[in-house]
Amino acid sequence: MKIIHSLFFILFVTLFLIINYGSDDRNVVNARDMAIQQPAEKSVQIVTACDGRKKVIAEGCYEGEVMPETKARQVAQLLMSLMEFCEDEITAKLPESESTIYVSVNGLPFERVRDIEELPLILVHGDKPHPERQQRIWKAEMDRLIAEGYELFHDPALGGNGVSCDMCHPDASNTHPETYPKYQTQTGKVALLRDMINWCIQNPLEGAVLADDDLRMKALETYIISTRSGKTLEPGKH
Amino acid sequence: MSKNKKRNSSLSEYPSLSELNRREFLKTAVATGIIVVSSGCASQYAQNLTEQREAAATTIANEFMFAYISDSHLLARGKEHRFAKSLIKAVEDVNAMDPQPDFVFYGGDLAQLGLRDELSLGKEILAELKPKVYMMVGEHDWYYDMGEAWREFFGNPTYSFDYKGVHFIVLNSVIVEDYWTQSKMAPMERMLFMAQLDNPKGKPFTVGEEQRAWLSNDLATLRKDTPIVVFSHSPLYKYYKPWNFWTDDADEVQKLLSPFSAVTVIHGHTHQVLTNKIGNIIFHGLLSTAWPWPYAPQGIPKYTIQMDRADPFNQLDGTGWGKIDTLSNGNINMTYMPWTRNPLPVSYEKVVAITEPVHGPSY
Ligand code: HEC
Ligand SMILES: [Fe+2]
Ligand SMILES: [Fe+2]
Repeated sequence: MKIIHSLFFILFVTLFLIINYGSDDRNVVNARDMAIQQPAEKSVQIVTACDGRKKVIAEGCYEGEVMPETKARQVAQLLMSLMEFCEDEITAKLPESESTIYVSVNGLPFERVRDIEELPLILVHGDKPHPERQQRIWKAEMDRLIAEGYELFHDPALGGNGVSCDMCHPDASNTHPETYPKYQTQTGKVALLRDMINWCIQNPLEGAVLADDDLRMKALETYIISTRSGKTLEPGKH
Repeated sequence: MSKNKKRNSSLSEYPSLSELNRREFLKTAVATGIIVVSSGCASQYAQNLTEQREAAATTIANEFMFAYISDSHLLARGKEHRFAKSLIKAVEDVNAMDPQPDFVFYGGDLAQLGLRDELSLGKEILAELKPKVYMMVGEHDWYYDMGEAWREFFGNPTYSFDYKGVHFIVLNSVIVEDYWTQSKMAPMERMLFMAQLDNPKGKPFTVGEEQRAWLSNDLATLRKDTPIVVFSHSPLYKYYKPWNFWTDDADEVQKLLSPFSAVTVIHGHTHQVLTNKIGNIIFHGLLSTAWPWPYAPQGIPKYTIQMDRADPFNQLDGTGWGKIDTLSNGNINMTYMPWTRNPLPVSYEKVVAITEPVHGPSY
C-alpha cells in the first residue's frame, strides 16, 4: 500500500518538475542560505514542495532544461522524505557531482548527510528533543550490546582456566576505561582499552586474544565503558 | 552446634615463663616486637620486652603468634592451576616461618564452586601445613551442596576454643535467606548465583538467629576481660552491600561482643587490606591467595590503610597471607604478608591512634 502511494507521489512530483522546470527563480533561496550559495554561473533549480516549507536545490541543472530522470527521481524522493517533518522548514541541496546531501533545518547551518535514510538523525538536531520512539531504539540497541558485554565479562568461557573477568573486577571496577589510551609502563607503549582487555584475557584467563573488530571485543568495551558513564575522560592518567 | 570445649579462665592453665625455653621466647618477642615499634632496633626492643615479661609473667602469657591463609578459590583443575599454585605457595611460606606459628587459621572460600573435588584438593594442599589448622567456611564452599562436603571434610563450621587465655570463636557468617527453594534453582545455579560478587539480585549474608543464640550462650560464662577473637568469613559490619562486603545482622552480633574489653574480629571474603574499629571492637580483613579486590566505591572504613592498586602484569601482586600476634593486653597485631610487597604491619597501637581517614591510592 505504502509502495503504491510512494510511486504515485514520485510520479506526481516528477510530472510537476517537468511541467514547472525553470518557473522558480533564485529569489526563492532565502537569505539564510546565502552562505552556501553557489557562484552565479553555476545554475541551480529550486523545487518547492506543496506545503511551501520544503525546498530542494538541485545544483548543476540549468533553468529551462529538463532535469535528468535520475536527478528528478532523487529530488522527488528527497521531497517526499522531507514531507514527513511537517512542522519544519527544510532546505536540501543536491550538489552536482557528489552523492552527498546538504540539509538545513529551520534556518540552522547546512549539515551533510550521506543519504536520505539518515535524514531523521540530522533533522532531530533541529532545536528539538529527540523523539521518544527514536530514543527507545537507540537505548535498546545500546542495552543489547552492554548486555552481551556483561555476559562475556561474567563468563569463564572467554578464557581457558575457569576464571572470569568479574571475579577480579566486580561491576567492572578498576578497569578505568576513562584513562585510556595510556602509556603502559610494563609494555613500554601506549595501550588502548582493548589492549588491556586482551592482556587480561591472555593472562588471568589464559584465553586467546580477540581481534580488534571481534564483536565480543566491541561488546566488552561497551559494557566496561558503560559502567563509568559520567566519569571525566582522562586519557593517560595512571 | 555444640560447644566443643569448656574453657577455664584461671591463669594457672597458661604456660609460665619458666616453661618457655629462652631462645624460643626471644624469637617470639622479636616477632611481636618488630610489629609494635616498626623500627630497626628489634634486638634492643626484644631485650626490653624480656625484662618486662619477667616483671609481669602472668599478664603476658597471652602472647603468641598464629598465621592465616584465606580465600584460595580452588577450581578442580589440579595443582598446576594458578589458584592451586598460590595456595601451595602460602603453605610453603607458612611452613618456612621461624618461629613456627602456634596454629594456622583458614579464612574460608577454599573452593570456588563448592565442589567436592575442589574442597578435597584444598584439604590435600592444607594437609601439608606443619602447624594445626582451624577452618572457617565461606560462601564459595557452601552453596553447591549447602555445606555437605565441607562439613564432611572439616567438621562443624561453628565452634569455639580457648588457647593461652584467648577465647576463639569461629562463625558461619554466610547464611542467606532461602531464595532458591521457591524458584527451584538447581544446586549449581544457586552456587553460581552466590559466587557472583556483583550479582544485583544477591541476598545479604547473616550470622542468623540460631548462631547468635549459640554465641550469646558461648559468651555467657566468660569474664568480661577475657580476650576474644572472632573469625567470620564476611566482615562483621556493614561496608558495601552490593558486593556483600556486609553482614546484615552485624549490629546484633556486635552488641553481644561489646561488653568484652578486648575483642578482635578477623574476617576473609574481602581480599584486601581492611581495618575497622567500632566501639572497642577491632576488625581485620585478610588477603586472598587467589586475587585482590579493588576497594568498594564507598564505605571504606577510615581505619583502613589501603593497599596499593595491584599490578595486573604481576600475577601475585595484591595477594598473600599473614600473621597475627596476640598481645599481653589481649588485643592483636596484624601483619599482612603480600607476596610482592613489603610486609604491612597494622598494629593495635596504630589502629587506635587513627583519628582521620588514611588516604588510599589514587583510584
Ligand atoms: C585474577 C584477577 C583478574 C582477572 C580475572 C581479570 N583481571 Fe583485569 N586486572 C586485574 C588487576 C589486578 C588489574 C589492575 C587493576 C588496577 O590497576 O587497579 C587489572 C586491570 C585491568 C584493566 C586496566 C585497568 C587500568 O586502570 O589500567 C582492564 C581494562 C582489565 N583489567 C580488564 C579485564 C577484563 C576484560 C578481564 C576479563 C577478560 C579481566 N580484566 C580479568 C586483575 C584481573
Ligand atoms: Fe573469597
Ligand atoms: Fe567469600
